[in-house]
Amino acid sequence: MNAKVEERGDITIEFRDVEYRIFGTSREPILSRIALKIAQGETLVLLGRSGSGKTTLLKLINGLLHATRGDVYVNGGKVAKVDAIRLRRGIGYVIQEAGLFPHYTVAENIGLVPTLESWKEDRIAARVEEMMRLVGLEPTEYAQRKPRELSGGQRQRVGVARALAADPPILLMDEPFGALDPVTRAELQREFAALAKRLAKTIVFVTHDLREALRLGSRIVLLQAGKIVADARPQEFLRIDHPEVRAFAASFEVAHEAGA
Amino acid sequence: MNLWEFFVSHRAEIFEATIAHLFLVAVSMAIAILIGVSLGMILVKRKRLRALALGFASILQTIPSLALFGFLIPIPFLGGIGTRTAVIALVLYALLPILRNTVVGLTNLDPAVLEAAEAMGMTEMQILLKVRFPLGLSVILAGVRTATVITIGVATIAAAIGAGGLGTFIFRGVAMVSDAVILAGAIPAALLALAADAALGLLERRLKVV
Repeated sequence: MNAKVEERGDITIEFRDVEYRIFGTSREPILSRIALKIAQGETLVLLGRSGSGKTTLLKLINGLLHATRGDVYVNGGKVAKVDAIRLRRGIGYVIQEAGLFPHYTVAENIGLVPTLESWKEDRIAARVEEMMRLVGLEPTEYAQRKPRELSGGQRQRVGVARALAADPPILLMDEPFGALDPVTRAELQREFAALAKRLAKTIVFVTHDLREALRLGSRIVLLQAGKIVADARPQEFLRIDHPEVRAFAASFEVAHEAGA
Repeated sequence: MNLWEFFVSHRAEIFEATIAHLFLVAVSMAIAILIGVSLGMILVKRKRLRALALGFASILQTIPSLALFGFLIPIPFLGGIGTRTAVIALVLYALLPILRNTVVGLTNLDPAVLEAAEAMGMTEMQILLKVRFPLGLSVILAGVRTATVITIGVATIAAAIGAGGLGTFIFRGVAMVSDAVILAGAIPAALLALAADAALGLLERRLKVV
């Protein structure tokens, strides 16, 4: 059932028999027996229902959470051992609510990591402008605005620009388009798919939306109750004979998009 | 003697007492802000200790002010009669609203913003100074405003232990059974409280984000 994706290029992120549980609870672990290799340049979509553990898995990569068993490796280094600050500055992170700093302007938000990395001011300004154009925001119009003066879609664009500003080789995205209206969501998905191709970054993208997974992923990993139950390219994903895959397929009626 | 005549004939004395009162409040508030805000910052990441500190500050607040002044008098080094004892009592009173609002201001923030800050690779100190503090500032200031108004009021009682200020007139007026003398202390104190409340309220709205 685990359709094996052949390894392409170097492994950027690796999970070795990882378990995550919250101590002091008798509940089942949130993640168990996770073994996963993510190659450089892949856009891996983590698909699953609410509570399947996909966000937890994502947070184990940048050390926002730590595995209770097993190890996570990023660029060959154990996440538990490396300096968390250094690790995170090399990993872009985009979340559903954007999490922009309300007291910063758009330009200051986007320039956050370069500023933390003590880039020179003119280099930051140039980079911010470049990023704003990349995500389709006109710098002269939006650079000095505060996040509250933007629409939801524009805020997510800023979130993506902020994540990319210091040119991190890895990008983690947690349902970045989940809170947007369907039209804006489709628009951002389209643009992001093109962007992802061009940037050649290793992207891990969390969603519960099969349609989004098929649109954006070069590989789809399905989580169910904390375990990986399917792992395939989008073209092959819907042919996998697993009840959870069928459940997703049935609920979305997207079979016609399978070959897209 | 009516109120107006008393005000006019004692204006220099009333002015002096007002300055002494302001001095007492300013010194106490400066110390209370220093302690309350730094303690609040330390408590951001220490949940257990936070409950303990807030509980302790709440207990201090429940002690009647006249009793607190009384308790402090026999304590060696800290206590005694005079300004020092008064300042200590006023600091203890001002502490709770400042500490409570600092803790709330620094912790009650959009979790998405804090998660993003951490994920961007900000250090704890950077998150505290660049995210928590500017976003919580208006809430902290609201605590300072409450504390200032309380302190201006309670500072009138400090006259009972010889710390001077506008309370001097109030106690004297009570002893003399003279409304005019009581009001000579009470009216300036009330005006001070109103002015401080308005000024700090204005500043608070200016600094509010969102």
